[in-house]
Amino acid sequence: MEGELAQMGQYIGAGLTAFGMGGAAIGVGNVAGNYLAGALRNPSAAAGQTATLFIGIAFAEALGIFSFLVALLLMFAV
Amino acid sequence: MAGEARSEEAGLVFHPMDQFIVKPFFGDGAVSWYTITNSTVWMALAVLAVFALLVLGTSKRAVIPTRMQSVAELAYGFIYKMVEDICGKDGVKYFPYIMTLFMFIVFANFLGLLPTAFTPTAHIAVTAVMAFAVFFGVTILGFVKNGPSFLGLFWVNSAPLALRPVLALIELISYFVRPVSHSIRLAGNMMAGHAVIKVFAGFAAITAIAPFSVLAITAMYGLEMLVSFIQAYVFAILTCVYLKDALHPHH
Repeated sequence: MEGELAQMGQYIGAGLTAFGMGGAAIGVGNVAGNYLAGALRNPSAAAGQTATLFIGIAFAEALGIFSFLVALLLMFAV
Repeated sequence: MAGEARSEEAGLVFHPMDQFIVKPFFGDGAVSWYTITNSTVWMALAVLAVFALLVLGTSKRAVIPTRMQSVAELAYGFIYKMVEDICGKDGVKYFPYIMTLFMFIVFANFLGLLPTAFTPTAHIAVTAVMAFAVFFGVTILGFVKNGPSFLGLFWVNSAPLALRPVLALIELISYFVRPVSHSIRLAGNMMAGHAVIKVFAGFAAITAIAPFSVLAITAMYGLEMLVSFIQAYVFAILTCVYLKDALHPHH
């Protein structure tokens, strides 16, 4: 019984980490949207900032990936 | 894990994670360190493809490039410009390493998109080796190039004095988290994309939603082509950023 309860908690916790996906989505959308807004105001400066765009997206995405990591730990390591 | 899922669900004749099982390429049996597995075969294919593109493509060195030579030159110029833009002139020395990483990842990702193929980069074991190699390499390089002043990376001089210890702690944590996020980003993206395609493929067995499922697979496949390239690019660009931090640690 106790083992089943712990397993249930594991699965619920792993499912709850899907909320992290929403956070990552907001972050990545924010970066890309602001880049686009800036790029439309000054298209000539846009090309030089694509690298910064991808770095920003990568950093915003990293936090979403940590929630995935938490899910993996809950499923297989705990 | 795979066996249980197979027997219960009606529509799903395969488990979406089955594609990531590492098994011997020739026959069956246990996997030991010298066994040729599907993972090693597809990694070798990726290396061969890189070799074919870059060595055979540029061997003629035509003034008017063939298609293959243009692609090879495009890839070379693209990464060279990226390294130069981010790391500066003194970072160009490390261009071959970043080019190697990028080409290997891009080819492993794209070969993994072939039906029935295996994606080595979807495995944390593969990406973690690359990410930790970058992490240790960059850390050692930072100390060799700058000596103890490399630690200035964690001491933000532009911040108020009272805030600096807190920031140093945060910077330290974010520094040691780098290889983790660096490797899991690539592996997670590749694994998630392939698993989603497999889940939609499982729905194709149900007649009522099969057309939607095929459309969804097509759309996801297109997205995965994009993700394959972008993740390789992001891996390379982050390597450049870490390298820049090692070469110029002061903010």
